[in-house]
Amino acid sequence: MVGGLVFLIVTAILNVCLGASGLSLSDIWKALISGPGTSATSRILWYARLPRILACILAGAGLAVSGAVIQKVLANSLASPGIIGVNAGAGLAVSACCAFGLYSAWAIAGASFAGAMLATFLVVTVGRRSHASRTTVVLGGVAVTACLNAITETIITMVPDAALASIDFRVGGFSSVNQGRLIPAGILIVAGILVVCTLTNELDVLSLGDDTARSLGLNVAAVRNGMLTLAALLAGASVSFAGILGFVGLIVPHISRKIIGNDSGKLIPFCAIAGAGFVSLCDLLARMLFAPFELSTGIILSFLGGPFFIWLLRRRKEDN
Amino acid sequence: MVEIRDLRVSYEGEEVLHGMDAHFPKGKISVIIGPNGSGKSTTIKAMMRLVASDSGSVEIDGEPVSSLSQTELARKMAYIPQGRNVPDITVNRMVMHGRFPYLSYPRRYRPEDHEMVRKALEWVGLTDLAHKKMSQLSGGQRQKVYLAMTLAQDTGVILMDEPTTYLDIRNQFELLDRARLLAKEGKTVIMILHDLESVLRYADHVVLMDSGSVTASGTASEVLASEALKKAFGIELSFIETEDGVHCFVKR
Repeated sequence: MVGGLVFLIVTAILNVCLGASGLSLSDIWKALISGPGTSATSRILWYARLPRILACILAGAGLAVSGAVIQKVLANSLASPGIIGVNAGAGLAVSACCAFGLYSAWAIAGASFAGAMLATFLVVTVGRRSHASRTTVVLGGVAVTACLNAITETIITMVPDAALASIDFRVGGFSSVNQGRLIPAGILIVAGILVVCTLTNELDVLSLGDDTARSLGLNVAAVRNGMLTLAALLAGASVSFAGILGFVGLIVPHISRKIIGNDSGKLIPFCAIAGAGFVSLCDLLARMLFAPFELSTGIILSFLGGPFFIWLLRRRKEDN
Repeated sequence: MVEIRDLRVSYEGEEVLHGMDAHFPKGKISVIIGPNGSGKSTTIKAMMRLVASDSGSVEIDGEPVSSLSQTELARKMAYIPQGRNVPDITVNRMVMHGRFPYLSYPRRYRPEDHEMVRKALEWVGLTDLAHKKMSQLSGGQRQKVYLAMTLAQDTGVILMDEPTTYLDIRNQFELLDRARLLAKEGKTVIMILHDLESVLRYADHVVLMDSGSVTASGTASEVLASEALKKAFGIELSFIETEDGVHCFVKR
């Protein structure tokens, strides 16, 4: 846990320091304590670097916690907001929102949440109704993702203005983050993670299986739906400013479980920290690797996430 | 004391319990026996309100289960399911979950919760394994963890659905011995068993089910010698008395 925090702080500081124009720690400190000012350092810090690192931390934490919750609730280690279509639902909603000319931060955050919810319940109810196996839920999610993305693409083609710096949005990235959109989403993410942290015992009892959970007095249906709503809220809020960042919600919970164990009381906070650190690191790489060209953070995430997912699939096969 | 009156349960429109009546005395081991599909598990699940009943009542010490919230029920009656998950957590964490019905939001454990868990682990003899993962234990040890969890739940009634299945003979006897101790402490122990020899040895009260209703009940020797048993299983038993008690053998 402490290691995770140190990792997060180091990547955050590096992220603030490094960039097209390097800033020294003492410059940053001066600019930080004197508040937003007119000097170049101050502007870079307050209007570019700080919002960006905040966005990385919020999106990383939100998506990682969302993924951990979804994996626990569905008892499926292959599930994540990216896989079961939650991110795609949020992405569609945001594009639709912009296509209709609604650019207010709260409208976008709200639409994003609504889209995420819609996709979640679509996948989960279809899965439940057909008594689906874990694999079927994942496949259903892939199908839902494909459909939703197709609609998003159609909207973007017909209303190009809806594209919102489109490449960045579709693969996920932070180059166009603005404070306005960050604030409502940030409030939702922080509140959502705090609520999840108070419900970790419920989450663990739920994963004992329906009958045991109910015999311990847990209202299984309410907790399951409530937790999925929270997961959709976290993923939706993250997507609303960071775009469709794949894989964070899948990789981070897995790595975290390896490091800290499966006890939600520790796992959820650790996921938040690790997710924040991981996305910050990817963003740093995205900006630095091919400087002065900047890759989308989502591209780096996919570079790391793709091979990891393949490794995971292979390992599961060996387990069986 | 648990009393079931005229309990009817349906699955997908088909009635599987046809107005069942039974009582389970306090401080005794009651065993439900019957062929596969006769409604034993359904009865236990309906008692725990894991399946909805169409009509009838289940009462614990005269109090209808239907008037309790799920949490209140969880403080009176514990349940060990037949299919037992092996969650990826430690033994101690698993037993801590037994305290869940006593925690109010945000579910912080109090010193007495830790004390109950410590005692429960000690009682089943797993104190040394408290920090092992569930997946590292043998089947017999896992079953003891589930038993410890129900003890931490501190209920007057304990339901066990085939608790000895998958256990070797020594672990079977060990579990049943512990169940007997629990009954002596005044708990109402209700379990489903298939091994009639164990039933004869351990059951104080036996309820025989056949096709969704009770066809005989009473002491083990009464029920096992009954015509109803012959009808339910299509077998006949013969009994032999040794210095070690009465034993039964199947004759066809």
